[in-house]
Formats: sequence, C-alpha cells, structure tokens
Amino acid sequence: MSTLPIESQKSAHLRLTLNGEEVDVSFAPYKTLLEVLREDLNHTGTKHGCELGECGACAVLVDSKPVLSCLVLALECANKKILTVEGLGSDGQLHPLQDAFADLGAAQCGYCTPAILVTAKALLDQTPNPTRDQIREALSGNLCRCTGYLQIFEAVEAAVLKIAEQRQAAA
Amino acid sequence: MPDQKNPPNAANTNPVAQNAPYDAEDLRVIGKSRRRVDARAKVTGQTRYADDISLPRMLYCKLLRSPHPHARITKIDASRALAHPGVHLVLTGKDVPIEYGILPVSQDEQALCVDHVRHVGDPVAAVIAREELTAFEALDLIDVEYEILTTISDPEEALATPSPRIHNYGEEGNVHKRVSLAFGNVEESFAEADEVFEDIFFYQGNTHLPIEQHASVAIKDPDGKLTIWTSTQTPHYLHRALAKVLQMPPAHIRVIATPNGGGFGGKSDPFNHEIVVAKAALLLDRPVKICLTREEVFYCHRGRHPVLMKFKTGVKKDGSITGMHLQTLIDGGAYGSYGVASTFYTGALQTVTYHVPRYHFQGCRTFTNKPPCGPKRGHGTVQPRFGQEVQLDKIAEKLAIDPADLRLRIAESSNAVTANFFRLSVVNLSECIRRVVKSSGWKDNFRKLPEGRGFGIACSAYLTGAGLPIYWNKMPHSGVQLKFDRGGGVTIFCGATEIGQGSDDVLAGIVAEVLGLDTFDIRLYTGDTDLGPVDLGSYSSRVTIMAGNAALQAADRAKAILADAVSEKLNIPKDRLKFANKRVFDSTAPENGVSFPEAVCLAEARFGTIGTVGSYTPPKSPALYKGGGVGPSPTYSYSASVVEVAVNPATGWITVPKIWIAHDIGRALNPALVRGQVEGSVYMGLGEALMEEQEFRRLPKKLSHALVHKFPSILEYKSPTSLDMPEIFTELVEEPDPRGPFGAKEVGQGPLLPIMPAVANAVYDAVGVRIDEVPITPEKIMKALAEKKAGRNPRFGPTHFPQVDWPEALQVPPPWEGGDGNAINDAPRPKSPRLHTRSEVLSS
Repeated sequence: MSTLPIESQKSAHLRLTLNGEEVDVSFAPYKTLLEVLREDLNHTGTKHGCELGECGACAVLVDSKPVLSCLVLALECANKKILTVEGLGSDGQLHPLQDAFADLGAAQCGYCTPAILVTAKALLDQTPNPTRDQIREALSGNLCRCTGYLQIFEAVEAAVLKIAEQRQAAA
Repeated sequence: MPDQKNPPNAANTNPVAQNAPYDAEDLRVIGKSRRRVDARAKVTGQTRYADDISLPRMLYCKLLRSPHPHARITKIDASRALAHPGVHLVLTGKDVPIEYGILPVSQDEQALCVDHVRHVGDPVAAVIAREELTAFEALDLIDVEYEILTTISDPEEALATPSPRIHNYGEEGNVHKRVSLAFGNVEESFAEADEVFEDIFFYQGNTHLPIEQHASVAIKDPDGKLTIWTSTQTPHYLHRALAKVLQMPPAHIRVIATPNGGGFGGKSDPFNHEIVVAKAALLLDRPVKICLTREEVFYCHRGRHPVLMKFKTGVKKDGSITGMHLQTLIDGGAYGSYGVASTFYTGALQTVTYHVPRYHFQGCRTFTNKPPCGPKRGHGTVQPRFGQEVQLDKIAEKLAIDPADLRLRIAESSNAVTANFFRLSVVNLSECIRRVVKSSGWKDNFRKLPEGRGFGIACSAYLTGAGLPIYWNKMPHSGVQLKFDRGGGVTIFCGATEIGQGSDDVLAGIVAEVLGLDTFDIRLYTGDTDLGPVDLGSYSSRVTIMAGNAALQAADRAKAILADAVSEKLNIPKDRLKFANKRVFDSTAPENGVSFPEAVCLAEARFGTIGTVGSYTPPKSPALYKGGGVGPSPTYSYSASVVEVAVNPATGWITVPKIWIAHDIGRALNPALVRGQVEGSVYMGLGEALMEEQEFRRLPKKLSHALVHKFPSILEYKSPTSLDMPEIFTELVEEPDPRGPFGAKEVGQGPLLPIMPAVANAVYDAVGVRIDEVPITPEKIMKALAEKKAGRNPRFGPTHFPQVDWPEALQVPPPWEGGDGNAINDAPRPKSPRLHTRSEVLSS
C-alpha cells in the first residue's frame, strides 16, 4: 500500500444522485466532478476542453444549477443531485431540447452539445419563455467553434414551443 | 505537394467528368433540411470521441516538452522518472528517430526530438504510467540539458539570420521555400494601366481552437498488429506516417479516426503524440492513451500563418485589372507541415475570383522558433484574400466606382481558364454579389450612414477539394463500398472522416436519394483504414465532391443491379422503374412493385451477394508548370458578404450587428447543415477579424528571455461567444454544378474568407480609417484615428516589405498569350492541348 501513489488510491467514497439514480463511487480524493463522472462513473457524455473553467464543455447541473464540473471537487458533491446529458431524456424519449438540436443543425461536431443542452435545460426550468437575449446570456459561458451559435438559439426556441405544447397536452 | 517531376496531369486530354443530369423536382432526400444521421448520438452524449475510449489495462502518456524556443539537447537522463512508482516506460527521441511529416518534401519532424528543439512545446520525452497524474509528475524527474541557440522570432529575423539554421534543408539559412511564378509580363500591364495601386497588409496568425483537445488511444491487437483511435482529420496520412516511423507494414496498422470534436484543419497533420502512444502500446502490449491539455493544443497549432503581403495592382479607369504583382512573406513556425502548399496557396486564388490577365506571384516561407503553422480553414488563401479585397475597396474609391459594382465588372465567369491555368466550372460570384447588395440594402447604406456606422463588402472563392493528392499517384482520391443485406439494410464503408462538418450525412443522403431510402435506413463505417476504402481526408473541402461522387457511383451501380432483377420479376423495362419510399416500382403504375428488401433478395438470388464500389478522381488540370499542383480543383465555390459595423470613435470599440452572406453552393444537399457551415464560417471569420491571434512574447531577461506563446489558454485567446454573434442573413445560390454530386460544391471554408476584409472595409466606411491588418482591434482603430486627426495617412498597418532574394520567375504565358500551361524557361514538361482563350470561352 505504501508505494501506491495517491492517484491510484480510490480512498474517497461518496454517494450522490446521478441522473435520478443513487450511486456510490470510490475515487482518488483530488479528482474533480468531471473526472469522477467520466473516469469512475463511466459517464463520458460530459466533455472537457480546457479543465480550467474557460470553455464550458463540462457543464452539468448540480441541484438543478449549471456548474463547470472541472472546477468542482467530486468530494463537494456528496448527496447532491447531478444531471448530465445522459439523464436528459426520459422513458426512452429524447428531451425536446435534444430533438430540436438534432433537427435544426444545432449540433455539428457535437462536442460542446452536452453542456449546452443541460445549460439550456436549466434556463428553461427557471425561465420557460426566454427571450433571445436571455438565451444568449445563459449560453455565453459555453463556447462552440462550429455553429456560430444561431442554430443553437433557434433550437432552444423551438424546444420552448415543444415543451409548452407538451405541457398543454398533459394539462 | 504532389511530385512535381511526374505530374499526374501529364495526359491532359480527358474530358471533364460530369455527373448525369437529374430531375430536381424528383428529389426526396437531397435538398431537404434533415436531421443529420449522427445527430442522435451527439445530442445524447453517445458519440465516442477519442478521449471517451477507455480500455482494460490502459496506461496514460504525457509528453515532456521543451521550455526553450531553440536549443540543442546535450543530455537526457530518464532514470529517475523510470524509477518513479507507477511509471512503466519512458521514451526519448532515439526510440522513434525516423523523420516524418505531412508532405513528402518536408519530412522534418521527429515524434520526440533527438537533439534539436525548435519551439517551446516541442516534445523531448514521453512517460507512460498507470495514472495520468503519475505520468505528469514523472515528467519533472527527467533530466534534460540544453545548449541554448539563437531564437528566430519572425520572418524578417529569419531572413537576416541564416545561422543557426532551424532545419538543415530548405532554400538556405532559415528560408524554407521561395517561389516566383509569372503569368505574362506584369510590368507591361502596369504601364498600360490608368492607375497602379501598391499596398502592404499584415495578417496575424491564429489558431483553430477546436473544443476537443487532441486525444489518441493505441493498442497492440491480440494478433500483434496495431490499432489507434485518434482525433485526426486524415487517417490515411497518419496511416502512412505510422508505417514509416514504426517501420511496420501498413497492412498491420489500423487507424480509426474518431469523430472529431472540431478540426478546422488543426487535426490534419500526423502528430508526435499519435506516434508516441503507438510505439508505447507496441512495446508494452497494453493500451496507451494520451489526451493533450489545452496548453499543448496551442503548441500543436498548425494554424493560420502570419503573412505580410504586398499587392501591386494595375487598373483601367473602368476598374478592370490589367495585372497584379503579389508578394507574400510567410511565418512558418518551426516545421514544414503543409507549408510548401500553404506558400503556393497564398498566391493561388487571386485569379480565380476576379479576372487578372497578367499575374506575378512571389512567396517566401521562413522557419521561426514558434509552433508550426499549417492549414486552417481557408488554408493560405485567407490572408491574401484580405489584402486583395481591401485593396479593391481603395481602388473603387479612387476610381469613384461603387465597390460592389467594381466587383461585378471584374468577377470571373463560368468555364473560364485563369491566367495561372485553373479551369473554373460553374461560377456564380456575380449572383452572390447581387444577392447581398439587395438583401443588405447596400445602395441605401454604403457611404450614407452617420459617422461611426459603416457598410463593407468583400467576396471570395475557394476550392471544392484539392485537385491533386499529397502523394502523387494515379489512384482515386476517394472510394466507397456499399453492402446490401437481405433485410434491405445498406451499409456504407468509406475512409471519409466526420469532423462535425456532416460528411456521414452527405454519404447517407446521396445513397438514400439514389436508392429511394431514408438516411436512417443506412449504416455507416467511416474514417477507419481497415474497414473502408481510402479517402484522403477531411481537408480542402474535398469530402462532399469526392467521397460524395464515389458514393453516387457506388449507389448508381447498385441501383442498376437491383433494377435488373426487379425488371425481370415485374416484366417491365428497367427505365420504367422508380426507386422511392423504400420501394422499387413501375413509375407508370406505382402499385406494381416490390419493397426495397424484396428487391435486394431478388438481386441476390439472381446475381449472388450484392456489393458495389465507387471511386472518384478529380479532372486533370491544365496547370502543368512547377507549382501548378496547388490550386486546381474540380470546381470552386464563391461567396459575397456585406458586413455592417458600428465603431465608437471615442474608444475604437467595434460591434458587428449584421452580416449578409450569399454562397454559391451549387446544390445544398442538406440545407440546414449548409446554413450551419455558412454561419460557422462567418463566426470563425468574425473571430479572426476582431480578436483571434496567436501571439508570442519574450520572457523577461532575468528569466530565460525565451520566446513563448503569449497566452496558451482559451480564456486569453479570445474567440466570439454567443453574446458576440451578429444577425446573419444567409442566402444560398443554387445552380447545380455538373461536377458535384447532385450539383453540390463546397461550403465549409469559402464563406469564412470575405468576412475579415468586409469588416475592414466597413470600418473605413464608418470612421474613415484603413486598418490594413488583421485582427482589427480598438487599439489599432484608435491609432489610425489619431493619425487622421493629425492630418496624416489615416491608416494602421505595415509600412515596408523586406528585401527577399527572389528566384528567377518561372515564366508561364497565360492562355490568351499562347501559353500551354508549361513554363517556357523550365525543363520541358509534358505537352497539353491548346486551351480556349477567355474571350472564346465567354462567347461560346
């Protein structure tokens, strides 16, 4: 045990709710939430582009708020509810945001997409009818090098309508 | 760079390959905005990028990189690192000494530097360990001694400092490549001109900044072969480089290009980290992964070359160009990369946009001690496009011609052959200009807005695929195989690489259209050197036309086989059969038909296992002179853009509220994706215009005084965010080009090119100052405004072009001066048939 470097020791343990499911995980204690999600929980849908909090590709929702998972120690997340792109859809169906992004060309290389989707979800949960400027503002921390953002804005707006329709149908 | 001694265009007699016409009314898939085939994977986080791959027993690799811009390695001792717990292997230069590089003429890289480091970030050793952090820590335990050499920081220094040499090849000293091509006598053309304009411009370097950091995973297969998954745009060229450096038969190497999280040209070279993990996996017989940090991605670079340009252009009073002399001085960085091609590209496309009857191009690329430059979106043509379009704005003003009208007068036309012997196909530049003039309200706004607001216009042309392969050969540039199974499943196998541009959807769309299927009925295996026929890679906007035409041919062949079997079964002639709605039926009696799976079964019963292939080779180019291999393309796309800016005269702050762009696409295969490519190009162009720059600085003297990257981080390397995006009004000009699949031309690069000069021209319209340099920053505007206030030249930009010892020009008389595509002062080259003159072409 003594020669095993700290990075090889899974000496930290915690329980959290990942996409609605309670999970236990053991990991090296210095790891970020991003690293634990990708490396120890095999949820590779969340991406990284800098690991310094600059690009926004690693955004996930922690207790419904978008956070950059590369800047959060996993140890800070005990008993928190984490939502990643893998948890966006439900009952085998894509979330309206996912459908709209797929249909309207909002995902090109797709690398920034998971983080933008969860960030947009957080926006719509708080602000069901956002203006274009509110969408711009909410996504301003998520860099996309492919699309020029416009089709992303349009996809969020299309999802707003779809969600409203679904709500109406359910009511 | 193709082999210049044996140009593949030697027998220049083939007619131009053209696709059969089709009925546009009949299209069910092509031309419709559709969900791309890989969209679901992307929005659910299931697309597997290279760093998402994790294998049992996998080890991690980190590279030790040079802290010095230029030095000799005098000693490396890795013993302390090897003894570190968790470390499995340390590699140094002697383990992988064979030189490689993307171009045959510049095999100048080593996976780990043996004895010479050429820029901060050049790798000198690799540690492979159980954990990534262990490998990272062990880097500090490698003892390297360096002997510092003089740093060459820019092209002027390179010209003035022949020694020490960064490389022991090239023209001489630190000059990598010098070229001079003269198409007619430009001095005569200046004498004939009413006005001659001379302008110097500078285009700063910038980088691709794909959000995905480069990553690779290599394994030794159970049978002893090598497999590597990697974020590359060019699996075929990596395949070649691995075979060379590892001294393995190519047949024992499998390269799988994982979907790229953005490329933009930055993942087009074979990279040192790819070779290192391959070598380590073979030695250790365990999977080895590397994922670069963002800082390391800045050191990989291969981005936009900084280019100093001098344009001398003669014009008649009516705006027609009599001749142009262009000189470019190019900062290549530390390695060759695509640089020889980049050098030629800085001079290639001036003539493809506007009619330039006489043209002299001189280009010089130097080595410097900075990360190597290479191909970024628009490869080498972006910088001179900026200069040419800004100079045209100056010309228009002097001649009192509206700049949009001036461009309409001189725009190239369909089927022309240019002064430098590039054969054009369908050209709709004029229509693009007319569209943006109309949609932007150009006539009501240009020179009519209040101080601080302005309109600017610019145009561009770009290749739809490089006409020649990097390694000269007579084989196709792209191949597609189709497999059919009894359930009606169609599988596409192709080497084409999905970098986000939608290449998989292009292939699926074409095959689905031909066979009457839905794109989601089709499976794709792409970017895998084991599974698919070669496609040269996702560069030069070549995939849609080349892999697309190969897919079209394979699908047409399959359709013919299926039609044979179905016509026999239905007892009707083949030409009455229609493939649509997943059925094959009698077009005169649609109820009489079979389902697609039945058609496949009928064909299999009749002919045996069904599979077809298709391939594509570009038409031969009439540019037979040495250097004529860079620039020919099956066809060119055209774009025109109007940009509106608002400039605060007190602060120099620039905002861009609106951009109008029209793009000559030929045919949009999937309009939603085409619009995305246009808008993405505009976005990236806007970043280059206003903020993006790959800048360097000297560390303080008391430190090493080394030349280092000013800010290798995303935070400091500014790129536009969602808050910076203007409204973009995109129009597509669709006149199908017979050379493209269903008439399609490129869209991924061309629309970037007009943005930077249109911004510069709009800034002039807004506040009356010329910023002859990119990026156009508030500081530069303030400096130019101060010049204006002081009554001096209201301009910011370079003022002199250094002395370069240009070689004797290759004299190539243009087509209208009796030229045959060969240089008249070079060794004899294969003869080409006589070409039509421009006037003959126009009158035909």
